[in-house]
Amino acid sequence: MSDNEIGNGPSRRAFLRGAAAAGAGALTATGAQAATPDPLVTEVQPWAQSFGDGVDETPYGLPIRFESDVVRRNVEWLTADTVSSINFTPIHALDGTITPQGCAFERHHSGAIELRKEDYRLMINGLVDTPLVFSYADLERFPRENHVYFCECAANTGMEWAGAQLNGAQFTHGMIHNMEYTGVPLRTLLEEAGLDTAGDLKDKWVFVEGADASSNGRSIPMEKALDDCLIAFKANGEALRKEHGYPVRLVVPGWEGNMWVKWIRRIEVMDGPVESREETSKYTDTLEDGTSRKWTWAMDAKSVVTSPSPQSPITHGTGPLVITGLAWSGRGAITRVDVSKDGGMTWETARLAKPGEKMALTRFYLDMDWDGSEMMLQSRAMDDTGYVQPTKAQLREVRGLNSIYHNNCIQTWLVRSNGEAENVEVS
Amino acid sequence: MSKFLKSTALVTALSLIAGPVFANNFGLGRAALPEEIAAWDGDISPDGTGLPVGAGDAIDGEEIFAAQCAACHGDFAEGIDNWPKLAGGADTLDHEDPLKTVGSYWPYLSTAFDYIKRSMPYGNAGTLSDDETYAIVAYILYSNDLIDDDFVLSNETFFDVDMPNAEGFIVDDRAETEYAQWTGEPCMENCKESEVKVTMRAMVLDVTPEEEGAEPAVTPAVAETETEAVAEPEPVAEVAAIDPELIKAGEKVFRKCKACHQIGDGAKNRSGPILTGVTGSVAGSVDGFKYSKALMAMAEDGLVWDQEALRAFLAKPKAFMKGTKMSFAGLKKDSDLDAITAYLASFPK
Repeated sequence: MSDNEIGNGPSRRAFLRGAAAAGAGALTATGAQAATPDPLVTEVQPWAQSFGDGVDETPYGLPIRFESDVVRRNVEWLTADTVSSINFTPIHALDGTITPQGCAFERHHSGAIELRKEDYRLMINGLVDTPLVFSYADLERFPRENHVYFCECAANTGMEWAGAQLNGAQFTHGMIHNMEYTGVPLRTLLEEAGLDTAGDLKDKWVFVEGADASSNGRSIPMEKALDDCLIAFKANGEALRKEHGYPVRLVVPGWEGNMWVKWIRRIEVMDGPVESREETSKYTDTLEDGTSRKWTWAMDAKSVVTSPSPQSPITHGTGPLVITGLAWSGRGAITRVDVSKDGGMTWETARLAKPGEKMALTRFYLDMDWDGSEMMLQSRAMDDTGYVQPTKAQLREVRGLNSIYHNNCIQTWLVRSNGEAENVEVS
Repeated sequence: MSKFLKSTALVTALSLIAGPVFANNFGLGRAALPEEIAAWDGDISPDGTGLPVGAGDAIDGEEIFAAQCAACHGDFAEGIDNWPKLAGGADTLDHEDPLKTVGSYWPYLSTAFDYIKRSMPYGNAGTLSDDETYAIVAYILYSNDLIDDDFVLSNETFFDVDMPNAEGFIVDDRAETEYAQWTGEPCMENCKESEVKVTMRAMVLDVTPEEEGAEPAVTPAVAETETEAVAEPEPVAEVAAIDPELIKAGEKVFRKCKACHQIGDGAKNRSGPILTGVTGSVAGSVDGFKYSKALMAMAEDGLVWDQEALRAFLAKPKAFMKGTKMSFAGLKKDSDLDAITAYLASFPK
């Protein structure tokens, strides 16, 4: 056994077996009483006797080894090659709302490239008064802003269209992260290049592309480009990670992650959309009659219980239980989250850890006294447009079964009396 | 009243920041040169804006496709393993599991040129000439039965091609079809007509990765159509290496390698080294080929391409040699590995 496997690193199945054992022999919380003194209390432990690490032991710290199971994970059968693939944020094991960069999901089309700040160039061309080239240092001299936004892949929960498939919140809902970005409004840069040449901005677009081999070009309507898009170079206070587009990425608040072009190298003001591969053959939504929706950019309101969930079963038996999860909307702020324990028959309103913020993750809690009975746990988000997160049946009624993207259905976890949880669909 | 004053003050403040006072006023960046714009601005719009002058047909395209694209997309654009299928799927969009290809789904031909020219070939992007790109696009159209083999695709004939699904898209209509009906105070009690029952369970499928990164226990349902009966593996014995049937099978498997490797009389190094005599040779020993650091490191440690090493490498190239520049996903079937190693062994030095 390697060091990394000490502590909380058992396999999911082993963990579940443990959970079952704990459930079987569960003590009621109020009746818990120690029969013999706990040596962890009565005996002097090594960590209380000698020294821990000195400063500088880890000049840049990683999580303690006992947390080594809280990592991004890939579903190998989804894609042909890891350089054009996706992995998943371990949302089942996180709390609060900010996603640490080191475990925030990655999506690459030609791998995560290494691009030095010194080698970075950003071009603005097309229908602008003066086509410009910026260096990285130039970008740091514009007035900058800080905003917290979620970034969700349009394909998040996409494997669940046809039925309950992946057993874990990480895999069903982990194509999302939420970071505090520092950057320059795209508007500022467009105005620096001058938009008089573009004339009426209402029907104009910007085409954005990255410096990697895929380039991942996307078209964005000018209205959005001038509204809240950000040319970001910091996330959660530090430089973007390589896998998230170091040194500079585009942030498109509330809209599908594919548009958040990493290693952004060019912005072209245009008369119309390019209709690139990423916005025609991919990231379009085929309906039952064979026609497909395009330009489905906004991520609708959605939520999921992150614990208990298949990878985070109840291991403490009956008594006080914290049900928690995440909610978000690409069209505004979360105003309310309801939780059902009986598969959607009855609902109660959960407590939001903080009032919802626009286009950012919101954490909710439902504190309960669990009597050990089976639960069909669901959560249902509402945003400030009044929109209510739909059931899978409601989505299928409108869209059919052939969609891939934009599945924001209500998720059900079947929590058994032994504390295990499973991804299910209900009537 | 006070609210009105506050918002007025806010508007004034905003107009100072976002208005003309600061616009174009930082003086940061520098003018982009025409050569620089030409180097990066290659996008092609649906109306043909940006299309370069050039031409190519499916006959030229077939050869280029075999060399540059077929390793992933198959000789006939049919797609290998999980790699995208580029042909077929006509009239499947309203069926279960529609097959979306350039022919069956893509609304604009400009998208194909735009994408291939800038982002393909995979692992060697942006290296195709305009004429080569026209030829590849022509071959993909031909594979989809959308043009005849004597049709010359050029910037002038580009719009003679009808894309079958050109009218198949609508602009996002969620505001009308979804938002209106999914808005308002939701039900809190007695929200289902009858007792709620579990109708489907993820554990039945069991396609979730193990936490320690093990392979899923069974092939997932969504990939079911792609699984096929695996042939009985041939025994890996000396006799197998000279089995003419096996060599013949290996020749077929070698098609996946041909985009980058040549073997036999007159073979030359391409993006991969000559493979004549590779079996039993010391790794990294082909003259004039620039190997990856990863391969040279293993060669220094004594790697010899015996049958066992070749099998392991070809089964999972990136796992066997972290950092290899061979962009090949690997052969999943034992029968393919038997065949390819037999085929390679049939070309001694």
